[in-house]
Amino acid sequence: MLRLDGVSKVYRVGTFGGKELHAVSNVSFDVKDGEVVSLIGESGSGKTTIGKMILRLLSITSGTISFNGVDISTLEGGELKEYYRKVQGVFQDPFSSYNPIFKADRVFRIIREEFFPGINSREWNTKVESTLRAVGLNPDDVLNKFPHQLSGGQLQRFLIARALLLDIQFLVADEIISMLDASRRIDVLNLLADLKSRGLSILFITHDLSLGYYISERAVILYRGCVVEMGSTEKIYYNPLHPYTKMLMASVPRLDKKWEEVEVELRAMEAELSSGCVYYERCPVADKDGGCARDRPTLLEAESDHFVACIRYAEERPPLYKAS
Amino acid sequence: MSLQVENLTVYYQTLRGDVQALESATFTVADGEIMGLAGESGCGKTTLAHSLIRLTPPMRFVEGRVELDDEELPVWDMERMNDFRFKKISIIPQYAMNAMNPTRKIGKMTSELLESRKVDFKATLPELKRRLNLVELSHDVLNMYPIELSGGMKQRMVMVLSTLMNPSLLIADEVTSALDVSSQKAVVEMLVGFRDRGFVKSLIVITHDISILYQIADSIMIMYAGQLAEKASTEVIIHAPRHPYTKLLIASLPKVGVKYSEKRLTGIPGSPPLLLDPPIGCRFRERCPVAFEKCLDVPPFIEIEKDHFVACWKEFEKNAQA
Amino acid sequence: MKLMRSEILYFALRNNKLRVGLTIILFFLVLTFVGPMLTHYDPYDYVNPNGAQPPSSEYWFGTTMFGQDVFTQFIHGLKATFLVGVVGGGLGTLIGILVGFTAGYRGGIFDEILNMLTNVVLVIPTLAILLIIAAYLEVRGILTESIFIGCTAWPWAARAIRAQTFSLRSREFVDLARLSGMKPRKIIFTEIAPNMMSYLLLVFILQFGGAVLAAATLDFIGLGPTNAISLGLMMNYAVLWGALLLGMWWWFIPPGVAITAIVGALYVANVGLDEVFNPKLREM
Repeated sequence: MLRLDGVSKVYRVGTFGGKELHAVSNVSFDVKDGEVVSLIGESGSGKTTIGKMILRLLSITSGTISFNGVDISTLEGGELKEYYRKVQGVFQDPFSSYNPIFKADRVFRIIREEFFPGINSREWNTKVESTLRAVGLNPDDVLNKFPHQLSGGQLQRFLIARALLLDIQFLVADEIISMLDASRRIDVLNLLADLKSRGLSILFITHDLSLGYYISERAVILYRGCVVEMGSTEKIYYNPLHPYTKMLMASVPRLDKKWEEVEVELRAMEAELSSGCVYYERCPVADKDGGCARDRPTLLEAESDHFVACIRYAEERPPLYKAS
Repeated sequence: MSLQVENLTVYYQTLRGDVQALESATFTVADGEIMGLAGESGCGKTTLAHSLIRLTPPMRFVEGRVELDDEELPVWDMERMNDFRFKKISIIPQYAMNAMNPTRKIGKMTSELLESRKVDFKATLPELKRRLNLVELSHDVLNMYPIELSGGMKQRMVMVLSTLMNPSLLIADEVTSALDVSSQKAVVEMLVGFRDRGFVKSLIVITHDISILYQIADSIMIMYAGQLAEKASTEVIIHAPRHPYTKLLIASLPKVGVKYSEKRLTGIPGSPPLLLDPPIGCRFRERCPVAFEKCLDVPPFIEIEKDHFVACWKEFEKNAQA
Repeated sequence: MKLMRSEILYFALRNNKLRVGLTIILFFLVLTFVGPMLTHYDPYDYVNPNGAQPPSSEYWFGTTMFGQDVFTQFIHGLKATFLVGVVGGGLGTLIGILVGFTAGYRGGIFDEILNMLTNVVLVIPTLAILLIIAAYLEVRGILTESIFIGCTAWPWAARAIRAQTFSLRSREFVDLARLSGMKPRKIIFTEIAPNMMSYLLLVFILQFGGAVLAAATLDFIGLGPTNAISLGLMMNYAVLWGALLLGMWWWFIPPGVAITAIVGALYVANVGLDEVFNPKLREM
């Protein structure tokens, strides 16, 4: 459905634009029909930039983003509008997503003006009301109100409803629950899950690993604009391979395990999984291309009555015996 | 007992009347205790923190008594609090790291801060440097402007500054919310380190992120709509909460390993009441699944088991039966 | 929002700076419209054969060296002043808005070019241009003067509006409007501009005061209108004919006081409005 191919975003910074800032470098992944993909990264990882490029709010420096096989950067005028009929976004801050001086339902009116100019009022109102019910809002409670009279959760559902008024197939959800109260978050998350089961594809941008796990099949881990690891959510969570992902897993505050436990687990897993030297990760003199990462060194007698398990001493003497 | 708060009630004055932001808070923080304070936005946790140290208009002190190390704190008197502030009780305010004067070098700012509190900067300098080492900041930061420091570095600098006089109580207000997960971990582990080294006797850590409290706090206090709901040791709050709000709140938090397709979590229906004209009785009543007529009275905050305080009529009943 | 509006009104009515400023402006405005009914002369009529005379019951503000009625000149001068303020200030604001919005919203190459233009106009010596224009235009009216002032005063307004637009543009509701397929012009005027109304009002007030002051300066050095009267021109004539030396204070005091009062009142009102719109500045 949506496919990113070597997408980069480079900003020119510095006095004369002489320096380049790579906000996103060479990112490729795809989102299939009816799939939720989590884009996980810390601030500055470029996750929001990617979301905005998909929504054509930012231009792409190089690479292509294609939607159903069409390169979206070529869309102009009417074609772009048709694209927005199918692809929509919801952003992090529910309050700044509304023009503070207008009523909140103005976002619906804009959709009507721009996309359904011919529709009659009664038909439109029925459509709005049924959509609001679909996102779990009571139309009487929320219509005709100003944004500050509604809660963050209601505002975010409103925006999801706005997207649903169009026949969307793809939703970019950029940190949409991080500013909501804890007791409301899960409802919005569940709503996304329901939409997914009705066939909507979602790019779920978050910094919170547990949220990503709750909702998505696949996860993409970003660091400084680069994808460092991606794949099935379970595999990444239970067997993180990239050191950054491991660090992330170790520092995310969790409710089921304390940090120390997670660290111990990761270390145990590492020792078990890696076939190379157990000290490889932290060894200052490890030979990256050589055997350190590949083979576990055996215990050797370096000098008389002095044994060491390091590959650096392997050439000089044959092993006395193999460590079990 | 390090901190003892009794019946503390603080309102916000607005054009439309008083916002009842903190209602009869009674609790204690023991020596060496790290107490987490959690709740949704607008539940009064920041009001509570500010009442203890900087009660400025539009906040209005209504009633209550605060004792720190068996000495009464004149929280209603901004002038007299100057003797305690920073020296006995200190705060790392929310957004503190962005509040540093951008035109002052950090060292200059520090010396001005200390002199305004009548503390000799020169004499304190060696200790300051020692603590910078502890939080892995180079001494060069004293000659830098705030803009030259990263978010995590600024937060660490603020932490060192606010604990420099070895206060009895340190309040950390949302110190992690603007940071990346890796810096978050470093910052809160430093807070624990400060306690372990005795730079601060006890700590109140305010956050909306309960999972951070689970990692570092000894006890957690949950607030709802200006009232205290529950306080107990961290393990009890997370694994065996008694207040219906705490139960629902903990149950609604996604954990790694929970997928919606396998275990669908549910939120708490309804929304918190407006505190301008709050409902009578228990303020959680309208959203509470087990509310009954007794809840029209305000439930007291009572110790139902050792070190486990709850404000819920239903739980009192259960306890009486058991 | 309703609440917010009534709150603004509440603070506006209680703000002393705003009240004082607006009262002064209103006073002169009423005088402009009522004044012509109180006098039956024309500003350049030689009505007093005795020449200069201090204020009397016949000639309220006295007469000039040529026997023209100062009060009549003053009333008509006020009208010219308000005209310059509205047209010059309005034009300056309008150009500032157009340039500021376009540069701020479009960004990129638009921004670069418009910024360059703004900076060029900013450093052009106004006086030199005016001398050239004066040399070519035999007859200069108030309107010509106003337009000239408007066309040279917009750059700083454009800069300020550009900066505001820039910050509003990155707000998420603007992104949402773009996602709704709205055209840029519609986004600027229906999403961004309404949020800056209070700011635009302040800009207009400052431009108004600036235009009045600029006109007075131009008139005073003799580059003003040739076929009309204005407060600045009155002072120009007064100085030319030695009113200062001869102690004919009634000739230059009224226009001087009026200009000072109007411009001063505008700035005071501006500070007051700023306090009303910006809760942080409110005196509680």
